[in-house]
Amino acid sequence: MRFIDEYRDGDAAKKTAEMIHRITTRTWTVMEICGGQTHTIVKYGIESLLPPGLTLVHGPGCPVCVTPLEIIDKAIAIASRSDVIFTSFGDMLRVPGSTKDLLTVKAEGGKVRMVYSPLDAVKIARENPDMKVVFFGVGFETTAPANAMAVYQAKKLGMENFSLLCSHVLVPPAMNAILSSPANRVQGFLAAGHVCTVMGYEEYFPLAERYHVPIVVTGFEPLDLLQGIYMTVRQLEEGGSRVENQYSRAVRREGNVPAQNLLREVFRVSDRAWRGIGVIPMSGYALRDEYAGYDAEKIFDVGEIRTQESPLCIAGSILQGLKKPDECSAFGIQCTPEHPLGAPMVSSEGACAAYYHFGEYRGERQS
Amino acid sequence: MKQTADLSAGLACPIPLTEYKSVLMAHGGGGKLTQQLIQKMFVSQFDNDMLGALHDGAVFQAGNMKLAFSTDSYVINPIFFPGGDIGELAVNGTVNDLAMCGAKPLYLSSAFIIEEGFPMDDLWRIVLSMKGAAERAGVRLVTGDTKVVDRGKGDGIFINTSGIGAVEAASDIDPKNARPGDKIIVNGPIAVHGIAIMSVREGLEFETEIRSDTAPLNGLVEKILKAGRDLHVLRDPTRGGVASAVNEIAQSSRHGILLNEEAIPISEDVRGACEILGLDPLYVANEGKLLAFVAPASAEMVLKEMRSHPQGKDAAVIGEVVGDHPGVAVMKSRIGGTRVVDMLSGEQLPRIC
Repeated sequence: MRFIDEYRDGDAAKKTAEMIHRITTRTWTVMEICGGQTHTIVKYGIESLLPPGLTLVHGPGCPVCVTPLEIIDKAIAIASRSDVIFTSFGDMLRVPGSTKDLLTVKAEGGKVRMVYSPLDAVKIARENPDMKVVFFGVGFETTAPANAMAVYQAKKLGMENFSLLCSHVLVPPAMNAILSSPANRVQGFLAAGHVCTVMGYEEYFPLAERYHVPIVVTGFEPLDLLQGIYMTVRQLEEGGSRVENQYSRAVRREGNVPAQNLLREVFRVSDRAWRGIGVIPMSGYALRDEYAGYDAEKIFDVGEIRTQESPLCIAGSILQGLKKPDECSAFGIQCTPEHPLGAPMVSSEGACAAYYHFGEYRGERQS
Repeated sequence: MKQTADLSAGLACPIPLTEYKSVLMAHGGGGKLTQQLIQKMFVSQFDNDMLGALHDGAVFQAGNMKLAFSTDSYVINPIFFPGGDIGELAVNGTVNDLAMCGAKPLYLSSAFIIEEGFPMDDLWRIVLSMKGAAERAGVRLVTGDTKVVDRGKGDGIFINTSGIGAVEAASDIDPKNARPGDKIIVNGPIAVHGIAIMSVREGLEFETEIRSDTAPLNGLVEKILKAGRDLHVLRDPTRGGVASAVNEIAQSSRHGILLNEEAIPISEDVRGACEILGLDPLYVANEGKLLAFVAPASAEMVLKEMRSHPQGKDAAVIGEVVGDHPGVAVMKSRIGGTRVVDMLSGEQLPRIC
């Protein structure tokens, strides 16, 4: 496959890994932000190619993982209504709420549909004028423009039966929260390439400067990751704290300006709760008042739902890079992909699921 | 007293209600939940050796004949898809399940559950397609049943086929027979059927249409059986794909499996579709593919035989059985790292971004 195979080439990967070995003189801890990057790292066994002292920690960049339980419970309440068609990306359907997940709602007769784009949800709304169609808008800056576009289109078409259950979060405030924590051990970042495709990377300059950390905008193929790691380690070894762009084939410094304009038109920046982390100020998007008529939380009166997270689950420490999944006492025992306690075990991007599926960390399997 | 206790144990649902109050789609997805349902509900209650083997079909002695018996139901949507339809699938599927037991398929039954209002023309198309498939596979449809359900109580048409086949007396093909050193051969590119169906459902268009690989495999199996005495396991990686099939065999045989990612044949357009849809081709369904586990000394010869058959011209060795990590399948990645290939735990759901 052109433009993909080149970035999965075994020889080039070996050479890049050798380069990393050559420049690494001491132990370093680097965090990859995005769940898609975690997935590639584990799927291709990249950690097994790195020097032993170089630790990768898996960051909070999995949209499924950081969506709080409370929002899932609200989604389940809305999806259970007989007058609603509830639409969502595939991953979200299996995230457990406090009593069940959306797939169970579907099994019980709820009209839950998986879509590939929020615009498909708008289409479903047009085809079903007697039903209220809700799209579960989760994710980072990457998925936000398409969701903004769906709401924008719905308003332009004067539709009254489409709404968004919005739980968008933003990367830079989360990085700030990690770096400002006294327990932080992350020394360098691989920034999420796709987020930067939309937002550019200027907003990372103040973070790099303030906390003196190198930040390398990195892509998602194995060679992207290896090169991003190389660039980060090189800076760490030199004492650098610059923002660099490894993913230059997709990311420009200023990002995608029309997408950013659309985001500003539809959303305002607001406080958001992150699963396992808690509320981070100004870390997400909410619909602007002009679009309140498209806000599912307002339309369906689910504001009363309040949910606490499971005490066993250490998702918060995992998403902040303080612990690795196999350091959790519930990992692979009480918490498995069939019975996840926390979202990182659900999503294929989730750090725990990635370890479970692709890592050699299962107690039962080591014996 | 004892009787009461036993009775209540028999009535208690072995899958705790707290876990799943109702059946989910994933219980039919071919992954872990399917396995759990089969083991806890069916195998535990219908308890017998033949079922317990969890083969594609049961193999048993009837008088001085050794027979294989298998059944499968078809509920596919869309009913007509590029490369085939539900009727062809229903015939090929049961033919292949029998072939995977090392049997020569002979007779099939066919039961139709049809929804009121189903177009007669479509039914005719399906019947003709089943006739053609049966002729190609060299089997006869000898008995059947028809039920019609109220509109809204079925999804157009469901078909069940069962079949029996004759097994050579000396043949012993069974998932538990895989042993370290065995080469794993696939007869062609994987993940084609699942992607053909999915691209219709998602309305995706590619430069060339991806057509289902549904085909009878009994001809190919006959050829392999003639060629090699050292054939240990045959398995068609349908639901749950190659990953689920090798996991089942690793668990049955209590040996490890090592796949080589680079060696697994997969066409450009299917790979592209998997990238777009966010799916792992190892977990995507196949309908005209088989995995053959062959002793290393015979592997070359079996591969050659397969390649000389139309259903096996792109056959390739994709891995081997190893003494390490019993019960676990591992894959060497394209860039040299290794990872565990787990069984699918639910439906394969596309990733968000």
